[in-house]
Amino acid sequence: MAIVAGWLVGTVARAMRVTPQGRILVLDVPEWPGNLAGQHLDLRLTAEDGYQAVRSYSIASFGDGTTVELAVDMLPDGEVSPYLVEDVEPGDMLEVRGPLGNFFVWRDSQTEPVQLIAGGSGIVPLVSIARAHRAAASTAKFRMLYSVRAPEDAYYASELAELVDDSFALDWVYTRTAPVGFARAAARITRADIEASTLPVADNPLVYVCGPTGFVEAVARILVDLGHPAERIKTERFGGK
Amino acid sequence: MAVFSRGFGSRRRESDPELPPGQYLTEDFPVLSAGPTPRIDTADWSFSITTESGQVTTWSWDQLMALPIEDVHTDIHCVTRWSKLGTTWRGVSLDTLFADIDTSDAYTMVESYGGYTTNVPLEDLLDGKAWIAFEFEGEPLDPEHGGPARLLVPHLYFWKSAKWVHGIRMHSDDDPGFWEQNGYNMYGDPWKEQRYW
Repeated sequence: MAIVAGWLVGTVARAMRVTPQGRILVLDVPEWPGNLAGQHLDLRLTAEDGYQAVRSYSIASFGDGTTVELAVDMLPDGEVSPYLVEDVEPGDMLEVRGPLGNFFVWRDSQTEPVQLIAGGSGIVPLVSIARAHRAAASTAKFRMLYSVRAPEDAYYASELAELVDDSFALDWVYTRTAPVGFARAAARITRADIEASTLPVADNPLVYVCGPTGFVEAVARILVDLGHPAERIKTERFGGK
Repeated sequence: MAVFSRGFGSRRRESDPELPPGQYLTEDFPVLSAGPTPRIDTADWSFSITTESGQVTTWSWDQLMALPIEDVHTDIHCVTRWSKLGTTWRGVSLDTLFADIDTSDAYTMVESYGGYTTNVPLEDLLDGKAWIAFEFEGEPLDPEHGGPARLLVPHLYFWKSAKWVHGIRMHSDDDPGFWEQNGYNMYGDPWKEQRYW
């Protein structure tokens, strides 16, 4: 799976609006070589006059199949994400290249406890890892903390809820609007949240953090302050500041 | 066979001949890091060059600041496809730091606080092509962008410009560093789109 070949033709099989800002896209890519949980790909669009644009997206699916699932958040001034969220329809074609990245990945041979921490659409590679954990019937202790602005902004909320069992715990942080009856008031993630709702240092978990740069910076700093060794924290950031 | 994406292109950005292939222009300064941002006080900071004979030459922060400092105006290109044009940096040229280094090795491994490494041929660090940079756009370099100091080698993709730089070790062979072991190209020329394996 390590070799990145050239551009592969993909066809949009399904496009589902799942949040106010985002869509899940399922692509059929007949030559896709499969991917590890947590990897990403490059996606290329070509206009009819030959103009091209390429962006990187994390992959929500994993394994040997030729179906590739993405979840795309619309950036208001973007040129690729608005097309993917608003315009593209089943049957439309695009190209992908990958899988890419061999660091922010989880393999089912890993047995140590894992803490997943997502901000917004940073959930995508972590969903892939959570699915791989379930598919392998792994007994490695998993816990996920997912921070979103409001309940309707969450990707994969019902699927994640169904993953909860003895080896997978799920905790939520809402930054702007919490559901009625939710114990924690809406606010950005804090040290107290991480202390209360993630695996402790004593478990020596491997921690995967993915989200916007500011979120990842804040969370990773809190984790280090709490005593997690830096080399046990894997991060993936997106967006500028 | 060309594959066209129906209806794509209405929101396109201005194309810019100064951009390498496959890059887009950003006004932001995105961050590519594999782990937490190390926090290094300049009082504790040092930079070393280690040669094949085991000789180690070390500069403290104050010693670095006492060397000739250059203003650098350059474009930068990240493998994740953003480019920034006309950025301004201040730093010390690697020509200055290598002036008294005796080595016959052709390759280097650049080492960072936090344990990250990247491999760069020595010739790509000399002749006015690379600096130890500690200011960006007139301000001290932010920790998340590699402060207090990072390597600046802007003719290669920006992961080669190692953040939180701590030293350079001479190598006889072109051994892969951290990013290169994890899928990125050994050399990383943006004009040849040397992104991945």
